[in-house]
Amino acid sequence: MYVAVKGGETAIAHSLDLLADKRRGDRGVAEVSLDQIDQQLGLAVDRVMTEGSCYDRALAALAIKQARGDLVEAIFLLRAYRTTLPRFGDTEPLDTSRMVAERRISSTFKDVPGGQVLGPTYDYTHRLLDFSLAAAAERPEAQTAPADTATSLPRVGDILEREGMLESAPAATADEAQDLTRQPLVFPAARPVRLQNLARGDEGFLLALGYSTQRGYGNNHPFVGEIRFGSVPVSFVPEELGFAIEIAEIDLTECDMVNQFAGSHDVPPQFTRGYGLAFGHAERKAMAMALVDRALRAEELSEAATSPAQDEEFVLAHSDNVEASGFVQHLKLPHYVDFQSELVVVRALRAEVEARNQEAALSRAAE
Amino acid sequence: MSPSTDPGTDPPTRRQRWLSVLAKAPAPRLEALWDGLGPVPAYTLLRRPEIGLVMVQGRISGSGAPFCAGEMTVTRAAVRLQGGQIGIGYVGGRHPRQAEIVATIDALGHLPEWHEEVEAKIVTPLATEMEARHRLAAAKAAATKVDFFTVAREAGT
Repeated sequence: MYVAVKGGETAIAHSLDLLADKRRGDRGVAEVSLDQIDQQLGLAVDRVMTEGSCYDRALAALAIKQARGDLVEAIFLLRAYRTTLPRFGDTEPLDTSRMVAERRISSTFKDVPGGQVLGPTYDYTHRLLDFSLAAAAERPEAQTAPADTATSLPRVGDILEREGMLESAPAATADEAQDLTRQPLVFPAARPVRLQNLARGDEGFLLALGYSTQRGYGNNHPFVGEIRFGSVPVSFVPEELGFAIEIAEIDLTECDMVNQFAGSHDVPPQFTRGYGLAFGHAERKAMAMALVDRALRAEELSEAATSPAQDEEFVLAHSDNVEASGFVQHLKLPHYVDFQSELVVVRALRAEVEARNQEAALSRAAE
Repeated sequence: MSPSTDPGTDPPTRRQRWLSVLAKAPAPRLEALWDGLGPVPAYTLLRRPEIGLVMVQGRISGSGAPFCAGEMTVTRAAVRLQGGQIGIGYVGGRHPRQAEIVATIDALGHLPEWHEEVEAKIVTPLATEMEARHRLAAAKAAATKVDFFTVAREAGT
């Protein structure tokens, strides 16, 4: 049990001052602006928005600056801020086929309608440090080529689905999707709830779990059906209007993972799917999410659930880095009373053992 | 005007189109065009610009059952012109001034004498600029379109 402490106000105030001083760093170096963080450290902003579960680039940039680049701390700041805001409602479900795609690849089909578009990717870089970036310089604009923006991009999954080779996406029910920010997580969790949990979940945790499924802990033979990244309009029906309007365009990364499935006694052999969706450009996160989503469907698909990634309680209860970081880091707070009581117990135990040993030695000597 | 909840299939009404174009415009750009409009009818705020959240719904595998993907910030405002016309503004992000301008333009939309001017000086330029942004993003992406050769097939095996 944690027993609270009092006092220490002056030291804490000075610690906050020192933190602000360290945040600013060498006063001879220009202070970083939120626009610079947004524009030039955009993938950090994307991660904070995704796991902070709040799309607002300027807020995420502010959180990153305040947290001095500690992204998990920034995610905590964003989560805390969102609790101060009223909820206006739910958007209409996103239609990602309307995406203005900056990147769209499939590693299962070479000739997908709309083509394979690499976009801005680190996949084909050599991972050599580029020392030309160490100095500011004029950077040229990217090349362009004729493009068709009028047509929507068909989903690779929909093409396979029409052949019956791929399971259909689960149909919408009349019920609204449960919202974890309003209702607590209970087990067993429905797939929409699991996806919300994974969408907010820590990228590192999900990456390790996804990796574990590839290494044999719940293997499900994944292929990337499709990854796309780009901007998608968000539709919302304001209560005052009663009809949908588009309130913004947001950047999203979507991953439709395709997995081999031998079939069960209800379902013929076919490919099954796992789904990943992240704010901004976050492919590692979206892929890990899709792998874990598929692994968590073990029971639904009558597969043996023997591995950590298939254990819903283990995965969903430990995926949130705000909760995890809070519980681990609370150990740094003064636990003096706790520890004192444990000291008393251990001292008493030691005294007991010592007394018993002495008694034994005396009785041996007496023999 | 018939209410519609699916702008993807129904042709959007004028009001829907205006509100969507205005909300998706960069806030500073809308403010500049608005300030360039000259004198506009006086209005009162029915609802001061208010920042809140909406829960963005995704769909499983892009087309299936909805789930809560995460929230986004939104600013809303409502105004009333002296003639009683009411306007509503909802914009993504934290942009109080943009929400107020959008609501005012929405209210002006109830006055036929303002249609042409707002359409020509604000909505059409913003829609054109949005299309240009989309075209540029798509053109930069198109330059990275790739055609991988499968080695086995090229070798005829």
